[in-house]
Amino acid sequence: MNVSARAEGGMIGRPTPRIDGRLKVTGAARYPSDVILEDTAYAFLVMSTIARGRIKEFDLTEAQAVDGVLDILTYENTKGKVRKSRYFMRGGYAASSVVPLESPKIWHDGQIVAMVVAETYEAAREAAYKVRVESSAREAAPGFDERRPQPRQTPHIFAGSEPQVGDAETAFQDSDVQIDAYYTTPTQHHNAIELYTTTCVWSGDQLTVHEPSQYVHGLKNGLAKQLGIKPEKVRAVSPFIGGAFGAKAALTSRTALVAIAAKRLNRPVKLVATRQQGFTVSTYRAETQHHIKLGADRSGRLMSLSHEGWEVSSRSDDYKVAGTETTALLYACPNVFTRVNIVHADRSTPGFMRSPAEVPYVFALESAMDELAAALSMDPVELRRINDTRVSPIDQKPFSSRSLRTCYDRAAEAFGWSKRNPVPGSMQDGEWLVGWGCATACYPTNVAPAEARVTLAPNGTARVQTAGHDLGTGAYTAIALTAAEFLGVSLESINVELGDSTLPPAPVAGGSNATASICNAVAQACEDIRDRLARAAVQSGGALRGADATSIRLSRGALVSADGRSEELKESLSRLGFGPIEGFSKYVPEVASLPIRIMGHTLLSRGLPVMTIGTSAGDHVQYAFGAEFVEVRVHERTREIRVPRLVGAFAAGRIVSPTTARSQLLGALIWGVASALHEETEIDERVTRYVNKDLADYMIPVNADIRDVEVILVPEEDHKVNALGIKGLGELGNVGTNAAIANAVYHATGRRIRDLPIRIEDLL
Amino acid sequence: MRPFAYERAGDLVSAVTAATIEADSQIRAPIQFLAGGTTLLDLMKIDVMRPERLIDINPLEKSLSEISFDRSGLRLGALARMSAVAHHPDVEREYPVISQALKLGASAQLRNMATLGGNVLQRTRCPYFRDVSWHACNKRDPGSGCSARQGLNRNHAVLGTSDHCIAAYPGDFAQALIALDATVSIAGSKGDRRIPFSDLHRLPADTPHIETTLSPGELITEFHFPARPWARRSLYLKVRDRESYEFAVASAVVALDLADGVVRDIRIALGGVATVPWRSLAAEDALRGKPLDESRAGMAAEAAFATAKTFGGNDFKPELGRATLVRALLAVAMLEVRS
Ligand SMILES: Cc1cc2nc3c(=O)[nH]c(=O)nc-3n(C[C@H](O)[C@H](O)[C@H](O)COP(=O)(O)OP(=O)(O)OC[C@H]3O[C@@H](n4cnc5c(N)ncnc54)[C@H](O)[C@@H]3O)c2cc1C
Ligand code: SF4
Repeated sequence: MNVSARAEGGMIGRPTPRIDGRLKVTGAARYPSDVILEDTAYAFLVMSTIARGRIKEFDLTEAQAVDGVLDILTYENTKGKVRKSRYFMRGGYAASSVVPLESPKIWHDGQIVAMVVAETYEAAREAAYKVRVESSAREAAPGFDERRPQPRQTPHIFAGSEPQVGDAETAFQDSDVQIDAYYTTPTQHHNAIELYTTTCVWSGDQLTVHEPSQYVHGLKNGLAKQLGIKPEKVRAVSPFIGGAFGAKAALTSRTALVAIAAKRLNRPVKLVATRQQGFTVSTYRAETQHHIKLGADRSGRLMSLSHEGWEVSSRSDDYKVAGTETTALLYACPNVFTRVNIVHADRSTPGFMRSPAEVPYVFALESAMDELAAALSMDPVELRRINDTRVSPIDQKPFSSRSLRTCYDRAAEAFGWSKRNPVPGSMQDGEWLVGWGCATACYPTNVAPAEARVTLAPNGTARVQTAGHDLGTGAYTAIALTAAEFLGVSLESINVELGDSTLPPAPVAGGSNATASICNAVAQACEDIRDRLARAAVQSGGALRGADATSIRLSRGALVSADGRSEELKESLSRLGFGPIEGFSKYVPEVASLPIRIMGHTLLSRGLPVMTIGTSAGDHVQYAFGAEFVEVRVHERTREIRVPRLVGAFAAGRIVSPTTARSQLLGALIWGVASALHEETEIDERVTRYVNKDLADYMIPVNADIRDVEVILVPEEDHKVNALGIKGLGELGNVGTNAAIANAVYHATGRRIRDLPIRIEDLL
Repeated sequence: MRPFAYERAGDLVSAVTAATIEADSQIRAPIQFLAGGTTLLDLMKIDVMRPERLIDINPLEKSLSEISFDRSGLRLGALARMSAVAHHPDVEREYPVISQALKLGASAQLRNMATLGGNVLQRTRCPYFRDVSWHACNKRDPGSGCSARQGLNRNHAVLGTSDHCIAAYPGDFAQALIALDATVSIAGSKGDRRIPFSDLHRLPADTPHIETTLSPGELITEFHFPARPWARRSLYLKVRDRESYEFAVASAVVALDLADGVVRDIRIALGGVATVPWRSLAAEDALRGKPLDESRAGMAAEAAFATAKTFGGNDFKPELGRATLVRALLAVAMLEVRS
């Protein structure tokens, strides 16, 4: 069905302030962390301070003596209460396969070893400080042993994540110009402003969980599994989320403990994990290493590309992001070799963090491309142009659309790139060395099955219900615009409900799939309504009698036929019964494979991740692209690095909500600056423990660091990705920014920094 | 955080009397004064400081927050807020380095809250000190060892370190105090005293937990800056990993009395690189009576870091510290100063 043909038009793509903006700035929006129920008891976590070993003994005397302490959960009294849910990358729900409070075994620093529950937060915290844990530590492995290649330790778990074609090694040897370099990216943590909190309340055998979540159906089903109860007995609520970035997708070990405590006490229990505890309560982006070899002919054409990556995972799980899926098809190249290795360490299991694969892997490739341009004495933009491709070099599948060149043209022009003197160190301004750099941004277009219910009332107001999530991304606004478009009513008449597992299931808000998946589902539900109203109308004795039902549109509270006849909505509705009409849809991505077509909605309703990813979208590959340009300034003496200017041009199919889309890209560019210059979780390798676990020491840019940021939305039409032509851009903008900055630093100073973050000492 | 008793100070005498107590150092005493609370409450929440009693000295604000300037110099009450002093016109005009050091510290919210007295007593940012799950920290727990020496120590000191502690003194304002010959007035139950600011902080040596020469119960009431010819031609240069809201990786205070391109007198202090507020007499001596140019500045910087000792993560600091000082020296020489 081609839903777009029947749209009233004018709403999708209309710049609109965030519809929930007022609620947020006035404090009326209730985030899960804001929930305080009557008679709540408060929980506080106790974490392991060793990375590997066993708990020998607890001494709870002092803690239990604290006034107001109600309960202390340890493995000794909780063992066996939480059932195993499989690791989410292996078909389960959990962020790690380690079951909470299951045994005295310590897998990593910062593992939950006890949870104190008390009448007040303060009492719980005080008692938690007084829990004595005696444990025996064994030597722990912090991550990569050395900075350079590690032995291959685990076979990859996903087929196809190591694309290859031709003979890359021979072609590299035969190339006129060669780049052979290693790159690294550091450990990073999401540090969303909303902490990892959980409130659980039982009403009989019915459990309600208030927890910031980017996957309420996953939370509901996973928790039910862990508690050994039926999924319909669990409700997960998360209407607003104060940032998630991937860390609130899989089920962490805290939730079941809070549910158990609430059951034992028969009253609501609220847990607020501290900022410091958050570093190991949920997931993180693990450090990566890359070996890139590029071979090109003298004209700059790539002859050989080889990209080998190393990633750190935990002992218990084999998480990896395997970004070579993307780097292998960014440019035309006849010979490609890629490989991905996992190194297991005594760390908690890493997980998704905004553009999980692309941020580290594209950093390596786009840095190497800049090195190649320098070696060729070629403009880096020109090098990308020469190697642009319409098809994947691996299997020759065409891109559904690819506007990379246009993005480069538009961003380069806005930036003033033509005024760049290519000689490193040549563009000094007073005491500051000026550098200009660029890089490619890209992100796969992923689409998932989704369900939506739309209810249209006779007065023209509508309610849209789907268990999607607004992480601050603008989902409420994009969904409302879509419904307004297809129902032919104003934005104000649409009421969107999200973030509640009692609503029709929607996919995890991850992989930038939400807008594409949910808006298509909503459009179909609206179409369901239109279709039923239209068919009844043409068969009736009313104004639209005998009209072509397929040509009838909903417009301004009326049904309108192609020949100009119309009928009030009220009248059309009354024909179908009393009151509002409900439309429902089970959207299946147009590009979905047969198994997803058959099983998609079953998996979705079980809260399991199911998605058609950009590299396996039928007979084509689908990606969104962008080009990013940055200016850096490095002080000639003291080497502080500043980024006064960022310009990004992005093409991501149809832009449903340009205002919030722009905000997404703006924030992403800023995060890109952080990823290049600021963010790094430091590990004391002697004991495999994190050291800078708060926002005072874990650096992110502040307002003063961000000056001019320009976002250009490049128009792009793509009818292959899905009916509405939406690509999704939540994770596009922070891909490549780190490389653009490193490339600009090279241009400013002549120093090529291959290890992030770039700090003063790297340039002294 | 642990339970504590809270009381509001009635007057100065009763406050210092109430706070006088046996303890091995002022900073570890079970009774603490509460000023802005931006250091104290922070450290209480993370269980590093565990006072049993807080005496809120904000009721004394009226009498202890004076900012006054006259021929003899500048007086700053210990309860004056960082922001009030930073934006005071006399301070901005006569002692620009004080204003700059305060403006470049912390954030606007913190500066509105934080007092000068609390500011000079702020504690190190050593992450091992700030997280009680690290057992070895001589500053927190005397005799337990030092986690930082062989650990992560990018932010640690290279000057004034000892085998027992290498934590950097993090503050900015104290560098101005030590450079400008300031004195500190102190009230105590055994009487009042006035000491040079340079006598307030103690090198870590083998007692890093004793950070100052204050006795438990002693209260800083005032800072005094004498009038000096180099005060107006002064600046604070702070080098850090981001543009704002961040401690110095390296910083320098320079106050210069320049006559016909020749250094008549000069004051130099260094931040971010030393265990205590750090005046560099060696660098001053290298410049006094000499013309101030790039090569002299470089020699002074060499002298300033001649005794530097590094620990791995902070190997770059002497070089950055030198670059910072050279940049500050050349900048201060170029300043246009109205007489
Ligand atoms: C996130 C953050 C960033 C910061 N960044 C910077 C920075 O960049 N540069 C910088 O210089 N500082 C920085 N600071 C430190 C800040 O300046 C200090 O916390 C503040 O100045 C302390 O003042 P206060 O009045 O809040 O002290 P309080 O926290 O109230 O007191 C600190 C200590 O001093 C004692 N005390 C207070 N007043 C007196 C007195 N009159 N006599 C005797 N004892 C007293 C208290 O008992 C306590 O032990 C930062 C702080 C934070 C939290
Ligand atoms: S440097 Fe000082 S404060 Fe830091 S761990 Fe060592 S003793 Fe403690």
